[in-house]
Amino acid sequence: MDNELKRLVIENSDAIVKNWLKEVSQKRTKEYTSTISEGLFESTNREFVNVIFTSVDKQGITKELDDFSERLVNLGWPLSYLTDGIQTFRRVTIDFILSQSEKVDSEHLAIVLDMVDNWVDPIINQLVNEYSGSWEHTVSLQRVALQELSAPLIPVMDNITIMPLIGTIDTERAKLIMENLLEGVIKHNAEVVLIDITGVPVVDTMVAHHIIQAAEAVRLIGSRCILVGIRPEIAQTIVNLGIDLSKFPTKSSLRKGFQSALELTNRNIVHSKTKDEDIEILLDSLNKG
Amino acid sequence: MDFQSCVNIQKEWDIVGARQLGRDKAKELGFGTVDQARIATAISELARNIYLYAGTGKICFETINDMNHKGLCVIASDNGPGIQDISLVMEDGYTTSGGLGAGLPGVKRLMDQFDIISEPGKGTEIRTVKWVR
Repeated sequence: MDNELKRLVIENSDAIVKNWLKEVSQKRTKEYTSTISEGLFESTNREFVNVIFTSVDKQGITKELDDFSERLVNLGWPLSYLTDGIQTFRRVTIDFILSQSEKVDSEHLAIVLDMVDNWVDPIINQLVNEYSGSWEHTVSLQRVALQELSAPLIPVMDNITIMPLIGTIDTERAKLIMENLLEGVIKHNAEVVLIDITGVPVVDTMVAHHIIQAAEAVRLIGSRCILVGIRPEIAQTIVNLGIDLSKFPTKSSLRKGFQSALELTNRNIVHSKTKDEDIEILLDSLNKG
Repeated sequence: MDFQSCVNIQKEWDIVGARQLGRDKAKELGFGTVDQARIATAISELARNIYLYAGTGKICFETINDMNHKGLCVIASDNGPGIQDISLVMEDGYTTSGGLGAGLPGVKRLMDQFDIISEPGKGTEIRTVKWVR
């Protein structure tokens, strides 16, 4: 029975393919693939249906299917194109088989449905696995990339180091901030560390608590911490929450914080004279003389 | 009160989702940047309490649009262990998790109205409202 049906389908593959292509092309007009060129869409459809038939023929996952799904994942075709395609194949095939059968009773119908499911399901599983695998891979890569960005430390001059924080701080990131901060202070031999929170959208008690702890730890290893980039609305919410940040200096902007860091390390900014100014002074003295 | 929308709190990153939605709603209602920050911070505290103490729960938003006043109602509810002594948790500096202990009293100061119902073993519901001035 199984092989009989299979032979029937394989032998009439041309008719099934024709129906399938018709249905898939009809769907296309209103859906996702509208940006893909006509030629590419048609050739992909043909290849897709061939791949389906080879897997049905060979009963299982084939190398062709692997190659095909891998290529579509790389090109970024939507998964819904493939699942829709397979479901259309299932429908078209069942329709075809039933139209060829002489007797259609419930028993026969159940057998046909069961068989077509057995052909189609492994293909769907394989494709979905391939896609979700590629997404998981992307997500894990992005997580690594985010982690690298999450707590950078910039030694701007001797003894002064800046840690700019951008984005939401969660527990994991708070831990990373603390570690990088302390490691960096020792490594760069920093006397003053500026923690810039201009880019942190919300400062709640958790974030404040982690910053206070980090600053306290920095104090313990003999350096000083200045919290900079406190926007007016953040200042108000900190006051409302009743958080005590008086243990270390805070500034509204990185610029002001940097200036006080220079003062703390006994330095200041001196504007050097330009060449023009030198010449003017020389001319002035000549005129006077 | 016209409509309600909710964010489920299950993971730490749901806290960010909840306060993002709250901030968007506050912006729509015409709150200023300072009040937006207050609302976002309050949501952050409430959502973190759910995450830390109850495990799971939800934050719901209701926009209040009466004849004479507009406002945003934030409702945090969970089926967690509940709070034994409410007056104790409303004290500044009381904490069981090693934090700053400013969460709930802070939320009360950040918002205009604050109601808390809690039954040990059953769960907690906190309703807070901020009015547009």
